[in-house]
Amino acid sequence: MRKSVNYIRLEFPSRSSNEGFARMAAACFASQMDPTLNEVEDIKTAVSEAVTNAIVHAYPDSIGKISLKAKICEGNILEISIKDTGKGIPNIDKARQPMFTTGGEGRSGMGFTIMESFMDALTVHSTPGRGTTVTMRKKIASRANGQR
Amino acid sequence: MDIKMQTADRNLLLELSGELDHHAAKNAIRELELAVDAALPRRLLLDFGGVTFMDSSGIALLLRAKRCMDALDGSMQVCHVQPQAKRVMDAAGIGRLIHIKQEGTV
Repeated sequence: MRKSVNYIRLEFPSRSSNEGFARMAAACFASQMDPTLNEVEDIKTAVSEAVTNAIVHAYPDSIGKISLKAKICEGNILEISIKDTGKGIPNIDKARQPMFTTGGEGRSGMGFTIMESFMDALTVHSTPGRGTTVTMRKKIASRANGQR
Repeated sequence: MDIKMQTADRNLLLELSGELDHHAAKNAIRELELAVDAALPRRLLLDFGGVTFMDSSGIALLLRAKRCMDALDGSMQVCHVQPQAKRVMDAAGIGRLIHIKQEGTV
């Protein structure tokens, strides 16, 4: 476990109108790490995917709670966790496969692929009926030794 | 998300602007389907010049557009894709299915 330098914790209902807020909040928090524009876009994209997954898959027929925790760790590493207490994922390996989706016409099945591609590390913990936590890490290159 | 539409000689141009996430894509996909149904185009050009942010919901929109145009035996292209959206398209490998060009007019 890396030592945390700073963190935020947010909680919001699983309404799609909160997707923009969640990714902007994560990007604003990360701005103190002095990321490049590409790194900010990577963070926004990955958070958008994780929050959308929670909205679409964790709570398909209801509104539930989503919590977002963003943490700056030693070594200028950003760690973001998106947690829900929804349906859970019965088969994580299958869910992470490109083009696999249970979300119907409006989804592409590329969410996890994009999270993996835009962040350095991705872990998924899920218990059917209890919920899912997606944790992503990214080293922010621009201030490798910097902390504020 | 705002979509402007132009048709000429069975060419349909849709100019998308704003953020294309799951929240916006729900309506955008519906608007796209209605526009294609109304115009029955031979060629569809999606101008992404105004798309300031896109996630995999944009990939779903592109795949939907491709299916609509395949059903009409027509073609489609995507143009003026901004760097963030391009990186999402590249990560999803959409360039293998859909022609993405940098300059384009109907």
